[in-house]
Amino acid sequence: MASTALSKPQKRGISRRRREEILLTILLMAPAVLIIAVVTVYPFLRSFWISLIGWNLTRPQEGHPFLGLENYRFILTDPLFLDSVRITLIFVIAAVTIEITLAIGIALLLNRPFRGRWLVRMLALLPWAIPSVVNGIMWKWILNPSYGSLNGLLYSLGIIDRYIVWLGSPDLALAMVTIADIWKETPFIMLLFLAALQTIPHELYEAARVDGSSPVQSFFHITLPLIRPTLFVAVALRTIWALKSFDLIYTLTAGGPSNGTAVLGYYTYVKSFVSLQLGRGAAVAYIMTFAVLLLVIFYQRALYREVKY
Amino acid sequence: MDTPVKLAGARSVQVNALQFAHKALGPLFFYILVALLVFAILAPFTWMVISSISPPAELATTPPHWIPQNPTLSRYRALIFGPSEGQSIPIAAVKFLDSLKNSLVISTTVTLICIVAGASAAYALVRLPVPGRQHFLFSMLSAQMMPIIVIIIPLYLVMQTLDWMDTYHGMILLYSGFMLPTVIWIMFSYFQTLPEELEEAAMIDGCSRFQALLRVVLPISGPGLVAVAAFSFLYTWNEFFMALIFTASRTKTITVIVTEFSTQSGIDYGLMMTGGVIGSIPPLIIAFLLQRYIVSGLTAGAVKG
Repeated sequence: MASTALSKPQKRGISRRRREEILLTILLMAPAVLIIAVVTVYPFLRSFWISLIGWNLTRPQEGHPFLGLENYRFILTDPLFLDSVRITLIFVIAAVTIEITLAIGIALLLNRPFRGRWLVRMLALLPWAIPSVVNGIMWKWILNPSYGSLNGLLYSLGIIDRYIVWLGSPDLALAMVTIADIWKETPFIMLLFLAALQTIPHELYEAARVDGSSPVQSFFHITLPLIRPTLFVAVALRTIWALKSFDLIYTLTAGGPSNGTAVLGYYTYVKSFVSLQLGRGAAVAYIMTFAVLLLVIFYQRALYREVKY
Repeated sequence: MDTPVKLAGARSVQVNALQFAHKALGPLFFYILVALLVFAILAPFTWMVISSISPPAELATTPPHWIPQNPTLSRYRALIFGPSEGQSIPIAAVKFLDSLKNSLVISTTVTLICIVAGASAAYALVRLPVPGRQHFLFSMLSAQMMPIIVIIIPLYLVMQTLDWMDTYHGMILLYSGFMLPTVIWIMFSYFQTLPEELEEAAMIDGCSRFQALLRVVLPISGPGLVAVAAFSFLYTWNEFFMALIFTASRTKTITVIVTEFSTQSGIDYGLMMTGGVIGSIPPLIIAFLLQRYIVSGLTAGAVKG
């Protein structure tokens, strides 16, 4: 009897608390949801519509006729686009492979106590922290054919016997863009791996050594399996970021020479803001999103499997 | 230690010699590798600094003067205090100080908005019954991966309709929208590591949930908040693409200005390097000072590249 008398006000109390919580949830979520909706969700949907219509700012008299998949057909058969895909693939695969391999190597090297370790770890943040535009102009000056320090250094050391126009041919320019990207991105991934390596208990290696395992065997049987979650995250993230590269290309090569470094991000930019073909620009952008989306799904799967959220 | 001797005497001698070589040469070899690494990291940036203080004549020497004979700060003076008499600098360089101010105003405001709006949303997602929570989180993850270029055309139209092109509030809205998913994602991971009992205790003592958030959760969220603040500031300061498209004479940021240092006689590399060095100082200070928080923030998972 006493309990029923007590439970009534308690029930009302819970429901008031519940109302408060709902109100609080709305208040806390609203600002972020509104901003994100305006800046990303709405444009993302509208972009899809634009990719289906004709919209050429240089020919306003044509209006915006509905074209269906015509823009996509045009893009997918455009030799410049196909070339851009090839260039993007080379750039992404080369940059990501080298960056990840180097990063693991350096992290293994630094994963021991030594004097000045804090300094090296701090310096590793430098390339990551500076704007990628600055990275671009910096390498443009270093690679300058007449007064650049790379030519000067290699010539002084006798490695080359004449100055090289580093950004003069498509393949060489792409290699240089990749090097500039490696310089900027590797140290940061290295810090990721270093953090992962430090969670591996030392006793594991001791035990393996006692059992007669060589350092190489230890790496493949202990280190690699244990840093696998980080490896997944690093590969997926780097691939996605590399796929979106724009700033570096814009400042270092502007897509040239003869479109030799026109990665997809740059191709889309040219279509939309130089040729002013908005419909086609949106179509390339959506094709790019599709590729990124596949990677994101892969990344989420990996993250879900490896890390518990 | 004794086992190899018992197994095979000859091999153990060989092993001992190797171990000796490893002990003596190992550290030397190790420090050579570390020195190479430090050189690789520092050399390009150092060259940018050296070029910024080399007089024009020394920039045009072959081979380059590795150490300038007559270092000069005239470019720094020109960019910050305006050109001295007779010194000609590109038109863009006159706007340099303005662009520094623009970058500072926009980045600071975006950081504040991201912390307040992002931490609030992340808290709600962790502790309150948000409908579709899992879907929301995954769409946050996807949003931060999405190439900006995908939505740049509609964004352009939105900004035009609102008449927010080349304004502070327009740029702040854009950057906040792009940074918030990352901030929410990181703060979500962070709040999850905090024990719920703390708030429950406060609420039993008569606090409302909002008071518990302000008085109990926020004071112990310092490291997470510092990390997302650093990421937000660095991202906004360093961003180039949207600034290139959406800013003009009024709100042009530093990353756009430094790419415009060319005159009729070509690119002014010395001035460009000077702009690059100055533009790198704020992000470098933040990265170095907040190193501990940034590196721990990394392990929270996804990070804006």
